[in-house]
Amino acid sequence: MKLIFEKSYEGRGNQIFPESDVEVVLPESPLRAKKSHLPEISENEIGRHYTALAKRAYGVSSGFYPLGSCTMKHNPKVSEKVASNPKFVNIHPLQPIETTEGCREVLKRTEEYLCEITGMDAMTFQPAAGAHGEFTGMLLIKAYHEKKGHHNRTEIIVPDSAHGTNPASSVMAGFEIVNIKSDENGMVDLKELKEHLSEKTAGLMLTNPNTVGLFDNNILKITEMVHDVGGLCYYDGANLNAVMGVVRPGDVGFDVTHLNIHKTFSTPHGGGGPGSGPCGCKEFLKPFLPGIRETDHGYTTEIDTIGNVTGYYGNFLVVVKALAYLLTIGSEGVPMAAKNAVLNANYMMYKLKDIYDVAYDRTCMHEFVLTLEKLKEETGVSALDMSKMLLDYGMHPPTMYFPNIVHEALMIEPTETESKEVLDDAILIFRKIYEDAVANPDKTHEAPNSTPVGRLDEVQAARKPVLRYEFKS
Amino acid sequence: MNYPKELFYTKSHEWLKYEENGTAKVGITDYAQDSLGDLVFVNLPEVEDEVNMGESFADVESVKAVSDVNSPVTGTVAEINEEIMDEPEKINKAPYEAWLIKVADIKDHEELLTADEYEAFIKEQ
Repeated sequence: MKLIFEKSYEGRGNQIFPESDVEVVLPESPLRAKKSHLPEISENEIGRHYTALAKRAYGVSSGFYPLGSCTMKHNPKVSEKVASNPKFVNIHPLQPIETTEGCREVLKRTEEYLCEITGMDAMTFQPAAGAHGEFTGMLLIKAYHEKKGHHNRTEIIVPDSAHGTNPASSVMAGFEIVNIKSDENGMVDLKELKEHLSEKTAGLMLTNPNTVGLFDNNILKITEMVHDVGGLCYYDGANLNAVMGVVRPGDVGFDVTHLNIHKTFSTPHGGGGPGSGPCGCKEFLKPFLPGIRETDHGYTTEIDTIGNVTGYYGNFLVVVKALAYLLTIGSEGVPMAAKNAVLNANYMMYKLKDIYDVAYDRTCMHEFVLTLEKLKEETGVSALDMSKMLLDYGMHPPTMYFPNIVHEALMIEPTETESKEVLDDAILIFRKIYEDAVANPDKTHEAPNSTPVGRLDEVQAARKPVLRYEFKS
Repeated sequence: MNYPKELFYTKSHEWLKYEENGTAKVGITDYAQDSLGDLVFVNLPEVEDEVNMGESFADVESVKAVSDVNSPVTGTVAEINEEIMDEPEKINKAPYEAWLIKVADIKDHEELLTADEYEAFIKEQ
């Protein structure tokens, strides 16, 4: 397929923009010496170009997308409709307070609902993505310890199964990472944890259910152990979809959390629109929250605020979509969504585990991890090969090679928005590719064969990436 | 899997080779490069940086993941292998030739495994 620059023809154009009827007077200095390389192409051809690209792309709208850890569920269209209401769209954060009552109500109610779901007391919508929410949460923990004069608390404990963003966010906030090994069941190893807790512990970052899709039964003990040495507990809300409305992080000892609105509360994932990763906390951390806080008397900032982490209220329209989602499914729908996500994952796992090795063979939460280590040893077929084979069946592959503690991992998260028929089809495909792999291991390395582009050279793409079109002149 | 006899090994999959002048070369093992897959980037420390046993001194990135490389010894970086920064694939091709750093002023070392012990350790995994 040609790039849009290759379709450009000098002098060809379109009439999208009206002629400027104002004389343009600009000093020389900010002007380009040379004309920029904007493609010159008719509106008709532009339309065709992007339609062709859209046809080659694959999304939840195209089919099953069981990308573990990402919660690729369907986003109800009603949320988009609500968020496109001009009364939400055409506002400015600095317009007079009495003209924004409806929008402020959205923020207030969403904060109330999300605090109710997480067991937190306050929440900021400033963070613009999940990892940004983590970073904000770590800044809250840091500000708390500094205020208390605990300058020696420099360590954040992170299990080896954690999302990569956890250690990254902690380091960004100025902490040192203490990595602890998981036990043979993929859980926090209490002995390891005890050994690493000390007067230097600032906190613990934990996902529960964890990244292998299991609920850590020792959670009350874990948070108690961290609190006993004076540390705080951070809940990575990435996997909240499995427990929302059933277990509240705040009730099991967590002090701070972030939420991935795009996963749990059905707003578009990266590329589909701006993100939002609200950060919630218990009452004692509220004085450190960032951004504008609203009181009955007008705007204010918290007394010990960490400052802004982004502008004003964060990505407001994403919050509108989350509220629309919550109001659509209601208080009964929230736990039902979580339970169906867990049911769907267990259904798939039980229908696959007679031929596939499950990394941890017990009831899973919203996702489960297969390990293809044995298959690779015996046939040379890797998790990568299997993922590529799935493409030929018109399915998006699961997450591969994560979490790191499982070798040749495939991590499957069907989500609650898929029907039994979709899951049954996927199960058949998974079983078929396993049979194919055992029968013809060599052929698997050629997959995919039916996609617009075949097997990509990931190594060269990383070592020598070609990131832009080279113009001739 | 290859385990040269003249090297020492760690449970975190680094190898160590003592040189005649008292320095030591450090790299990652055949098992490590095989598990990681094709390497695309290597980040090395700078000459004269201090390294501590059991602590990370470099990281290696493959198409699958980024991993820390821990130092088996405590000492000072005497030399880094700049070649592998441009050609990390050399580690995949010849893990025991593609050393990462040379360490001098060695003050302490981790509990090191012999080739036989390391081989047994890998088989256990």
